[in-house]
Amino acid sequence: MTRARKLLLAGGLALAVWGMSYGLYYALFDEHQTLEQIGGSLAASFVSAAEGKLPEAHAALDRYAAASYEYVREVDVHSHWIGLAMLLILMGVIFDRVAFDERKSFRLAVALVTGSVVFPLGVILQTAMQGQTPRAIAVAGSALIIIALALIAVGFWRKHISGGERG
Amino acid sequence: MVTDDMDSSRSNDTASPPLTSARRLLVIGGIVLIAAGMIFGDVFAVFVLHQNASRVGEQLTLAADSVAAQNPEAVKSHFATLGALMENRGTKVDTHVHAIDFGYLALLLALVAPYARLEERRKKFLAGLFLTGSVMLPVSVFLIHYVGLTYSPLSSIGWASITADLGGLLVIIACAGFLIGVWRHIRRAEGATRENAGANTCGDWAGRALLTGGTLLVLAGFLHGAHYAVVDLDEHEARDRATLQEIVDSSRKAQMAPGRDITDAHRSIEAYGMLQAEKAVKIAAHSHIIEFGLLAMLLAFIQHYVFLSERWKRRLVVVMLAGSIILPVFVLLELKWGLIAGGIADAGGLLVVISLIGMLAGVVRHTGKADGQREAA
Repeated sequence: MTRARKLLLAGGLALAVWGMSYGLYYALFDEHQTLEQIGGSLAASFVSAAEGKLPEAHAALDRYAAASYEYVREVDVHSHWIGLAMLLILMGVIFDRVAFDERKSFRLAVALVTGSVVFPLGVILQTAMQGQTPRAIAVAGSALIIIALALIAVGFWRKHISGGERG
Repeated sequence: MVTDDMDSSRSNDTASPPLTSARRLLVIGGIVLIAAGMIFGDVFAVFVLHQNASRVGEQLTLAADSVAAQNPEAVKSHFATLGALMENRGTKVDTHVHAIDFGYLALLLALVAPYARLEERRKKFLAGLFLTGSVMLPVSVFLIHYVGLTYSPLSSIGWASITADLGGLLVIIACAGFLIGVWRHIRRAEGATRENAGANTCGDWAGRALLTGGTLLVLAGFLHGAHYAVVDLDEHEARDRATLQEIVDSSRKAQMAPGRDITDAHRSIEAYGMLQAEKAVKIAAHSHIIEFGLLAMLLAFIQHYVFLSERWKRRLVVVMLAGSIILPVFVLLELKWGLIAGGIADAGGLLVVISLIGMLAGVVRHTGKADGQREAA
């Protein structure tokens, strides 16, 4: 088994376990509270408006928007880590079909694994940090994944036209 | 009807390594989970999703009317109903997504199993553990809305949530077990064994078509997702907040208006509904196109174990890829064409399910044949 395949298989399985553990932690300790905050703030906003307290209604809407922002990213991180882990494992299984030498294949695998860890990390950091840094991390991670995947597709294609499937 | 045709020519299953008990469990269990999750998703989309969305709109309208009538108690009551509707919808979506994703993971573990340095009985145990958790979690999530906090020892988490989390834990343990096996395989620097030599090949037409089609679908889904994140995500979140404020402000203003005219608030609620629909279809298209791509790529590697004629295998592949394109494209078109596009999208999902069930039948036939040969020997 090549170094690239080892990295993709072990990295993919480790990322899947990590993504699922995060999901379990989130479901146990955070999700219910966040959902209650989303529903509670929205209801509080309408109740305040009914009582004629518009500033309180707007403040509750701000709390609703902040909780929704956090919830969307927390769920996205869970699903993207596991989805990308599945892609890594799959690539680990089929990576001998990429027509690149060992060194290039390993670099591609490193790029794919790095992007798969970094992209969701950038997304979740958006809930903890202000500014453009977390967004830049997420964009860099997703760009790494897309570029690596496009190159892998080229590698598959080159292998296909130069000799096809060898199992 | 198809027996003669199916028996007339066979796939090249004789060239492939044996499907061990653990892999058999994972392949069959994985396909069953995916098919069950998709059928559930189709039923949910046809019979629950749209009706639920209109009830959510009704409750929001009634809440705005209660604001105009200066009745906070009525507002609370409508939001309690709204919360229950949202929980109902959320748990159904989670059931659908988790069943399908665990099915994908089962197929992936079937591909990885030959590279895990573990005894076969251990692999079989891990496969069983994985499938137990994979059934437990979605079934428990489905029950959350109905069980609620009945007899729960905790203040905010019910028994269904507890068993769902336990199911998730079983899945994590099984995956960690396979990870340890792969790690041991890597550390021992093992070469090809009888089990993993050529274990994951996709040399025939059906396999290659699924692999190529799947790769293109995944790439398309990634690009669509990147476009959504850059162009739509922030704008949707800002519009969500702004539209809700319009509803609240218009309802408040109606308290003083002659005849408590609340037309503006109702108009904003319609806009809010459209925004939710826009978000839902874009996210659904993104996730479905990637998931179908991944599914096609995974199925490429089990084509050796689909004991059907080449002609039938090709038909199933074409049906699978057609459905994988139809569903996300027509989900996106729902914004313009409404229920007609929704119906076509559901039909696309049905095509994928039909293809999956056909492949499942082929795998079951393969295992039956292998058992028969073993007994005869």
